[in-house]
Amino acid sequence: MGKWTRRAFITTGVVAGGGLAIGVALRPGHRTPELAPLVSSDDETLVNVWVKLDSKNVATVIVPHSEMGQGAQTALAQMLAEEMDADWDLVQFEEAPPVPEYANYLLGYGIIGEVPKVLVPTFDGLMIKVAQSMAMQITGGSLSIRSTGQYGMRIAGAAAREMLVEAAAQTWQVPAAEIQTEASQLIHAASNRRAPYAEFAAVAAQMQPPSSPSLKSADEFRIIGHHVQRRDIPSKVDGSAQFAMDVHVPGMVYATVQRAPVFGGGVDKLDASAAKQVKGVIDVVTLPGSNKEDPFSGRQNIGETVAVVAEGYWPAKQGLNALAVEWNHYGRDSMGSDEIFAQFDRDITAGVERENDRLQGDVSMALENAAQVVEAEYRVPYLAHACMEPMNATAHVQNGQCELWIGCQNPLGFRDAVAEALGMEPGNVKVHNHFMGGGFGRKANPDYAIQAALLAQKVQRPVQLIWSREEDIRQDYYRPAVRSRFRAAIDANGEVASWENTYVDKHEPAEAPLIPYAVGSQDIGYVASPTNIPFGAWRSVDHTQHGFFTESFIDELAAAKEVDPYEFRANLLRDKPRHLAVLNKAAKEAGWEQPLAPGRGRGIALQESFGTLVAEVVEVTVTDGDVKVDRVVAAVDPGLAISPDGLKAQIESGIIYGLSAAMFGEVTIENGAVAQSNFHDYQILRMQDSPVIETHVINSGGPVGGAGEPGTPAIAPALANAVFDATGSRVRQLPLKNYDLKFRIEESDEVA
Amino acid sequence: MIRLTVNGKEQELDVDPQTPLLWVLREQLRLTGTKFGCGMAQCGACTVHVNGTAQRSCVMPLAAVQDQQVTTIEGLAPSDDELHPLQQAWIDEQVPQCGYCQSGQLMSAASLLASNANPSDEEIDAAMQGNICRCGMYGRIKKAIKNVAGVGYFDPARGEV
Ligand code: FES
Ligand code: FES
Repeated sequence: MGKWTRRAFITTGVVAGGGLAIGVALRPGHRTPELAPLVSSDDETLVNVWVKLDSKNVATVIVPHSEMGQGAQTALAQMLAEEMDADWDLVQFEEAPPVPEYANYLLGYGIIGEVPKVLVPTFDGLMIKVAQSMAMQITGGSLSIRSTGQYGMRIAGAAAREMLVEAAAQTWQVPAAEIQTEASQLIHAASNRRAPYAEFAAVAAQMQPPSSPSLKSADEFRIIGHHVQRRDIPSKVDGSAQFAMDVHVPGMVYATVQRAPVFGGGVDKLDASAAKQVKGVIDVVTLPGSNKEDPFSGRQNIGETVAVVAEGYWPAKQGLNALAVEWNHYGRDSMGSDEIFAQFDRDITAGVERENDRLQGDVSMALENAAQVVEAEYRVPYLAHACMEPMNATAHVQNGQCELWIGCQNPLGFRDAVAEALGMEPGNVKVHNHFMGGGFGRKANPDYAIQAALLAQKVQRPVQLIWSREEDIRQDYYRPAVRSRFRAAIDANGEVASWENTYVDKHEPAEAPLIPYAVGSQDIGYVASPTNIPFGAWRSVDHTQHGFFTESFIDELAAAKEVDPYEFRANLLRDKPRHLAVLNKAAKEAGWEQPLAPGRGRGIALQESFGTLVAEVVEVTVTDGDVKVDRVVAAVDPGLAISPDGLKAQIESGIIYGLSAAMFGEVTIENGAVAQSNFHDYQILRMQDSPVIETHVINSGGPVGGAGEPGTPAIAPALANAVFDATGSRVRQLPLKNYDLKFRIEESDEVA
Repeated sequence: MIRLTVNGKEQELDVDPQTPLLWVLREQLRLTGTKFGCGMAQCGACTVHVNGTAQRSCVMPLAAVQDQQVTTIEGLAPSDDELHPLQQAWIDEQVPQCGYCQSGQLMSAASLLASNANPSDEEIDAAMQGNICRCGMYGRIKKAIKNVAGVGYFDPARGEV
């Protein structure tokens, strides 16, 4: 085992302590030239694969997650720095390269010998078989902190600290137990010695890493749970932050694309003559479609694409507009949203091959003995992600190698997908990941990277592919539309005796439709009702749809019994102390008891997702049928808030994202294609519509939960419940904009 | 040849005069802080100042800014080692998440405060309504603007419900 110089590292690949206790240990003889660039100057020492120290005592944390605005990189660095006893001012971080050593699944295998349960159901995709030897370096499923942070960063930080202590103990010839650490310094009080970590980095790097370094307890935290400024923010106020679209590769040209508007369609006839007349247009290219099994989303029908390559985006766009394309729809152009919802309705009613999420007690018996039966049916539309930054990727393919500049949620998966499309070994694709201008699940799907790579291969120049907003809205992997039917029995004592629910299409996470409430008999299940519309993970995945359904229906049960909806829930959560605590907190801080003026209303909802419990209270004012959301009070129990302000920002963000969808969000299908195209018809919540948001954090000490997604699910039902409180009209379909609330809705099943 | 001044610097450009200013800034001048979001004046990501007033550069043909003064996010700060007060407020309030919309938000806010040092809530809403933040940071943006405007911010914890 050599000294950890860059050279030793490259030639032998021996990384003492690489991966430490976290199972990504790079074994002797394991050659990992991809890791070499991590040590970029000779005065740096990689202490383990997660942290390096330079001669100025600056610790650089290597973070295997992308930054899409959620502050995950800062929070992860906080976790490592805490255990390392680093001086936060001497900590910086960089994103890990997309090489298998940093894949989350390895992390998972390393910790507990199998993929942790949190990964399987929650990471960013649907129907994923983690057992496949697939590459996952996913940022999503709110798992950065929970998985990488808890199992990777903290252990790596603690191990680094112990190795540095051991190194100092050997050099100073004193017992390790007498050495203390503080702010990136090693201290031996008895001999009055003090030295910066950097002094011992090289020695430490040669040591055997401790197999189980001891972690701090929460009361010892000085960085975790304390406010730190996010490090990426200064670059985001002066225009210097680098998003993928901001790269400039010498000789680069630009491209824009249109894929078959009907999903799975192909190019029948293409007349490019007018397009080629546009000044600056270089080439017109047709790219293949695909309908292979996608590890993230199952089988999806992706059509052929026409692309125009030009000297700039503008001429490329002009060229695209000038293309005369006749598409072959392969008979898929008759489907519309109405037919899709009708199909869902039929399939739910037929109940063919219905599978259960939960089956307990005897629902039929409860219905037979019911004093009252309550029924309702809900539906939500397809939604686009509409990341602020449209899809884009820059690629350069030459000499059997590909370089890719991208902002994505899964750099390793993108590397492999691009390699496959180009017929290369994954090692020949080099991915430079950038800040994402929003991800929300969309940027886990590599379609746009593949397009850029194929175009670069075709024109033999670096190509920057930029999608128009229209393409972004029309070629998304949508949040699935869902229909969900409910029936509940209330017995003679006024207790909810049974809960029956059937919905279409099972996705992830598996637990999304399950209720926390104490209802004796439950029959929750689903039927399959596939469509031709590509779908994918959308912020909080299935929790957004099921949160709306179940938290609306529980509210309807309270109304049927004429019980206060907050107290009704509280009573059914009597055995769930963490749920009850967030519910009570939200209600208390919102002033639930205070009466509201006529025309105003309050609604409450609760949804646990990704290990974090969130209750939200919404206050609305309804004037002439117009709903104004005045205020949202959220109570959040993430177990432990690593970065309290970061958590609050994420909850605010998740609330606005969900509120935007609940009020305005709707992708409709007409003739097999998406009808919307840009922000004028795919409306987004703006400042004047956004409420005051108050977030209250409960550090219950439970397992650390996610932050990026859990704010979203409860907002739609809390809003619908508030509208009911204000107007007496029950909103069973989203978005709210489709309702005319000037009139009391009596039969609210169909509004379209 | 089109002549214009960008961040105080004279530029002469041989580009199709119908090209939107946004793409000229990004591709010819490599001022990539100005962002593309929609291309049809719907989102505000591309906001710059033309003669001190916020404009959507994605729908502004280059010909329209002939001989005009254009300021982008890169030119918002008074000097290389100073920040515009709004930029400082954005850091203090930890406004940006993904950050993609924030150049445009800052340019709209700066244009507002330049013409109205003490905007009301409604005036802020009106000035900022063309700027979408998909990360939903409207509350923080508003607070940061108010901090600079030097007016009190409605504190929900104390205010009446
Ligand atoms: S890109 Fe100009 S307003 Fe959206
Ligand atoms: S910070 Fe992401 S869109 Fe505004």
